[in-house]
Parts: sequence; C-alpha cells; structure tokens
Amino acid sequence: MKEIINKIEKLYPISDFKQQNDKTALLTVEQDKAVDLLIYMQKFEGFKHLAILTAVDWIENNQFQLSYIINNPELKMDLILRVFIDREKAEMTSIHNLWEQAATYQRELKEMFGINFPNSPRVDKPFILEGWDGLPPYRRDFDTKKYSEDTYFPREGRTKNNPVEYMKQKLYPDE
Amino acid sequence: MSKLFNIKEDRSLFPEKNEHGKIDIDLSSHKYLKMWHGPQHPGITGNMSLEITLLGDEVMDCETHVGYLHRGFEKLMERRKYIQCFPIVCRVSVPEPDFNEYCFAAAMEELAGIEIPETAKWLRTLVLEMARLASYLMWIGGQAGAFGQGIIGQWTNYLRDSMLDRFEELTGGRVYHMYIIPGGVRGLLPAGFKQRMEENLKFIEQMMQDVDKVMFNNAVFKKRSVDMGIIEKDWIYKFGITGPNARAAGIPLDVRKDNPYLAYPELDFETITASHSDIYNRADLRRKDLLLSIDLIRQIMAKMPDGGEIRAETPNVLHWKVPKGETYSKAECTRGEYGYYMVADGTEYPRRINVRGPSYTHAVSLLEKMIINCNLADIAGLMVSLHTYPPEIER
Amino acid sequence: MSKEHTEKRTVYSPEGEAIEVDPLKDYFCEDLPEVHKKSSIAVVENFRNWARSRSLWVLGFGTGCGAIEMRPLMTPKFDAYRYGIQWRPTPRQADVFVISGYLSVKTLKRVIRTYEQMQGPKYVMALGSCTINGGMYWDSYNTINRLDYYLPVDVYVAGCMPRPESLLAGFDQLKKIIREGRGEGYNVYAEKFEWYKSNQKKIIKDWDMPDYNW
Repeated sequence: MKEIINKIEKLYPISDFKQQNDKTALLTVEQDKAVDLLIYMQKFEGFKHLAILTAVDWIENNQFQLSYIINNPELKMDLILRVFIDREKAEMTSIHNLWEQAATYQRELKEMFGINFPNSPRVDKPFILEGWDGLPPYRRDFDTKKYSEDTYFPREGRTKNNPVEYMKQKLYPDE
Repeated sequence: MSKLFNIKEDRSLFPEKNEHGKIDIDLSSHKYLKMWHGPQHPGITGNMSLEITLLGDEVMDCETHVGYLHRGFEKLMERRKYIQCFPIVCRVSVPEPDFNEYCFAAAMEELAGIEIPETAKWLRTLVLEMARLASYLMWIGGQAGAFGQGIIGQWTNYLRDSMLDRFEELTGGRVYHMYIIPGGVRGLLPAGFKQRMEENLKFIEQMMQDVDKVMFNNAVFKKRSVDMGIIEKDWIYKFGITGPNARAAGIPLDVRKDNPYLAYPELDFETITASHSDIYNRADLRRKDLLLSIDLIRQIMAKMPDGGEIRAETPNVLHWKVPKGETYSKAECTRGEYGYYMVADGTEYPRRINVRGPSYTHAVSLLEKMIINCNLADIAGLMVSLHTYPPEIER
Repeated sequence: MSKEHTEKRTVYSPEGEAIEVDPLKDYFCEDLPEVHKKSSIAVVENFRNWARSRSLWVLGFGTGCGAIEMRPLMTPKFDAYRYGIQWRPTPRQADVFVISGYLSVKTLKRVIRTYEQMQGPKYVMALGSCTINGGMYWDSYNTINRLDYYLPVDVYVAGCMPRPESLLAGFDQLKKIIREGRGEGYNVYAEKFEWYKSNQKKIIKDWDMPDYNW
C-alpha cells in the first residue's frame, strides 16, 4: 500500500495516510480531485469493488465527511477515502458512471442528509421515507426523541427511577 | 414442447430495447398494464414492492420500492452507549443475527486495541457457522415454495427448528442470541452439547439427501430454473455483487478466504464455484455450501480447546470511551459481504455507524436490470434466488 | 410515487364513447362501515360465536420481525392447523390479522387498507412489545408507539419476539374472548370511526386513498 501512496503523492492533493491494520488503510483527499483519484484507483490500481458510500456529520466544524470504501480483490486491501465538503451547500459529483450501484447510495444520502448529487438517476424521488417534509433525519440537529413524543402518542408509565431513592422507598416506606 | 406442437415464437409484437438497455413505454396506447407486486405476499422475500409494467405476460419495466421496515437504526445508535447498542444491533437482519453482533464487536475491539482469547475465537466461529446453517435451511424452503413445491419448506423448517433448539441451549434465546459481546463471548458450551449437535448434523444430512432427490432432480424445477435469471460475469464488479451470486458466475469471492478472521485460517476448506450463474446453479451452490458448513462445524468441534478464558479485560462497559478513529470490519454472511463502518470520536456514544448489507446492491439496482423480459409467474422465483432480506436495505 | 392514478381522466369504452372517471369516488363505494347487530336469540348467537372460534383464518402478511416465528407454526412441530388456523394469501378470505411487531408509517398505510378490505367479523392480534408501548424503537421517528390508537386490538401477546407456544396461547385466549361474545373490535372501529381516522391522518401525510377502503 505504501508504494501506491508514494506514486500518487505528487499528482493528487492527499493527506493523513494511516494504515489501520494490515488490510485496511485511510486517506484524505480534497473535494475537487476526489473523483479523478477514484477513476485512477479503479482503472490503474485495480480497486474494482465499491463497498460503501456514506457520510458523517461533523457539525462542530460545519462540514460533512463523505467516505468511499473501495476494495482491491487481487491485493485484498480496503481503502477508506475521506472527502470533506461544506455543510451549507452540500454537493458532490456523482459517480454512477463508474459503479452503477452508487446511484442507490446517492439517493439515500440525498434523502437522509440533504447532500445533492446532480444528474444521478432518480435522485429526487423518495427512497425510504414517504411524505417527509422536515429536516433530513440523519443530521445531528434533528432531535428524534422529541419528534417521536410529539407525533406518536407515547404510553404513560415510561419513567426513569433513581435506584437509591427507589430502594429506600421500598425498604423503609415510613421514613 | 414447441417441437411437439410446432409452435414458433413470434416476437414481432414485443418492443426492442433502446440504447440505454431500457424499453420505451407508451402508457396511453392500451397495450400495457401497470401493477403493484406489493408488500403483502405469501413468500419469504419480505416487505418490498415492485411497480411493474406488463405487456401480456412479460415484464417490460420495473421500479423497486423499499422503506416499509425503516426504523432509523443509525440514528438510534447515536443516542445509546456502546453496550446499549448490542440488543438492537441483532435486529437489523432478522434470520441471521449473529453476523451483526460479530462485526460490531470486531470494530469496537479494533478501535480500542483489545485482543480476544483463543477459546472465544473458536466459540464465535462455531456460532457463526450455526447461524449460516439455519439461514440456508430456511432459504431452500423458500426457493422450492416459490416454484410450487411446498413440502420442501416443511422439511427444512423442521430442521431449522432443531438448530434453534441448539441455539437455545447455548445462548438462551431462539432467534436473537446476544452471545457475542465486546471482549469475547458470554459462556462456555454446556455439558453434552457436542453429542447432541452431532446427532442433529446426522439428521440434517439424511434429510438433505431427500431434498436433493425431490427438488434438484425434478423435471419441473429444472425446466423453470435452468438458463433463467442469468447474471453476466462483467456485472459483478459494476454492481458490487458478492457471495453465492458472484461465486456461481465463476469468480471466487469469499471473505473467509480473502481476509481471514477468527479461527478460519486453521480450518481446511475450499471455495465452491460454478460455471455460469442461473437460478439452478445458484441453488445448487447454496446446497453445497450448506454441506460445507456441516463439515466446518464438525472440524471446529474437534479442534476447539476445552475450557479456558472467554472474556478479555475490558473497561467498565457503562463508561467505556472508545478512542478516536474509523474502521471497517467485514464478515461473510450467507448472502455475501457484510460490513460495519464505525466512526468513534472519544466519547461514550458512537459518532456514526453504517451497516452494509449485501441486499443493498442485489435487490435495488440489479433486480431492475435482471427482471426485464421475465414471465410474471417467475418473478417470485427470481427474487428468492437472489436471497435478499429487505430489513438490511433500509435498516 | 406519482399521484396520476388519483386524478380525473377520460376512459374510452369498446364502442368508442368517452367516459369521465374520478377514481377516488367512482371506483370505491362511499358508505361508511356499519355496526354488526347481534341476533336477539341467545342460542343462535352462541352457536355463531362457537363456529367462528373454531375456524380462524389468518392473513399472510408479516409486517415486522415477528413474522419469523409464524413460519414454525405451519410445521408439524408446533402445528397450528389442528386448531383450524390456516394462512390465507388474500384479505378477502381472512378473519384474523396478526400484526407481528413494529409498524413504520409506510406500512401502517398498507395495513389500514388491508384491514378495511377484510370482511367482518374480523379480529386483530398484536404481537410483541413494540405494539404496546413502542418497544425498543420508542424514540424512533418512523415507528408508531401505540397500535390501539390506529386499529382496534383484541389480544396482545407480549415478548420480543414471542415463541410459537406463546402465539398458540394467544390464539387460545382469542378463542375464549370470541366464545364469550367479547370479540367486538370491528364494531368499535365502526362506532369510533372518526376518532381512528383523525389519528391515522395525523401521521400519514400523503393520503391518496378514500376514507373507507371497501
């Protein structure tokens, strides 16, 4: 893996390389050269299999982190590519021409995080939720407990007890 | 049949595919019928629906709709501590829950730098192989039932029940076990377990010979499944197909051999492949994989150490702060590559966990491509032969 | 999902005439459900209840996790067929609707449509703790917390998930309830129809079905 990194260090803006264990490695690349690096890895280095495309919400830094996990079946190595994009205007080039399954991952990211992938097939149609018009649910500022208590009628009796006070009341009810 | 009655196939009324591989459909000409193959159906494919456009008996276009089983797991796991996530993690993939527990525990142990003891490795491997056996047995019943042979489902569900009895003896629960925990496993094998397991395996082997005669040597099953539902070899990396669907096309993709984990480096087995991937070959490959699992369980029980440490030293699980980092841990489940991507940020709650189920790629984009020009009566058989479970598509 | 199937359109008859069709009104009937009256002779009512309890046909719709423990009931080990319980593929032929586990909002819309297509007398059996108070998905934004605000429930079976023996005990309890004449879920639904509909419409935001799907 180190040889591949040495080859591409001069050509692409990469940083933060870490060998997590002997089969997995991490790498960060900047947003405008990310798709070029993916095409290079797929065609010339043999990383033919895309396992996951997902996103992490770093709300403190006002960024989304997109993670592309690609796998090389000959060398049997996994590579996690991280791309940081802006949280307000979240957009990224679509890669459905390289891997056709990426269209499904991109539909889910548009619905759950609000990240737009222009020109991806069927990216505007709802994938999982039906009739949803609030915040995209997987963002950190969406409070799921409050939403559930307001919309779905919770049954009473679900309270938290302090163990010390509860046992005291049970064992010594007169005090 | 067509030679007996001199029937020639006349394809002049059926439209051809255009350059994108799709068929142009004009709904206002009253030749097409649009219908839902909806979530309520008596099969084992689960709650997933197809919106299909038919011309006579053949499917011309299809859109899949998922989302009937969405619970928002990844959001719920961000609100719970690491040990509180364990009871809900099993419920992502219902018929084989142990792979979820293993991948989650493996990701945690890798980030925290914990090594599990030797006996725990063997016990984890034993439980994973038992889960694989139970899942394959249920699947064979479903595949035969989709083509009209209901008796196979009765036999194999009875065999699956006998495996669930062994699970109940070992872990305390029939379907959801929660046996694999961070640091090791929960308990040793009870006394007499190995003898009862050996009796079970002998019984399963006997009945599988009957299943072979009735299902695989049957003219009706062969006529409906040979050369139907073909997966081409160059689709495998384009669509991300893994597991028996890919191995039947001739490419030996198996995580147990490629990235060996737990006790698999010390077991002796070969990856099974077939020549081309149609419904019959995929079913035959899964049957051979089932017999391979029985052999692996026998090897594990023979080579396993008796007794020993089953849990490594971990910090207090209620206040465990996993160090910052990211990792991806994977295992080979019945259907393909199962992976967990975990991001930890040094607090007691996980930052982000993403579950990669193999059905994500098989059931949504691959099915829409394969189902064109398939007969309406064969859709159920085709969907079952891809072996998808919808809960892991939308979690 | 497009809403083209709910808009007004023109259909041509075989002779070539143009007919205007409004799908939500013309393809469904506009009556609301009625309350089933009991017979005034006690012997006849007892006989009817006895007969209903001896042949309960279950609809084959596995809505959630609990569906995996319904399959062993059809095998010889647990054998529900000796009680007269069969699985039917269509709601028009079924008596009992077993809601096996949690319900997401998307599935709830289909469940309501299926429940209203069943013919009375019909009963609902709720499995698992997710139908009682939300279970382990109590704080999820997509699953409901209390089933009896949307559908009338006759029997709850607790567990996560209940074993096949518990399911058989649940069926036994349902038979007792029917024989005593207390299986009145469908009548309660017809009497408090407005209340159930307003609860359902509060969470299902794109309602493109008629009010009563008969």
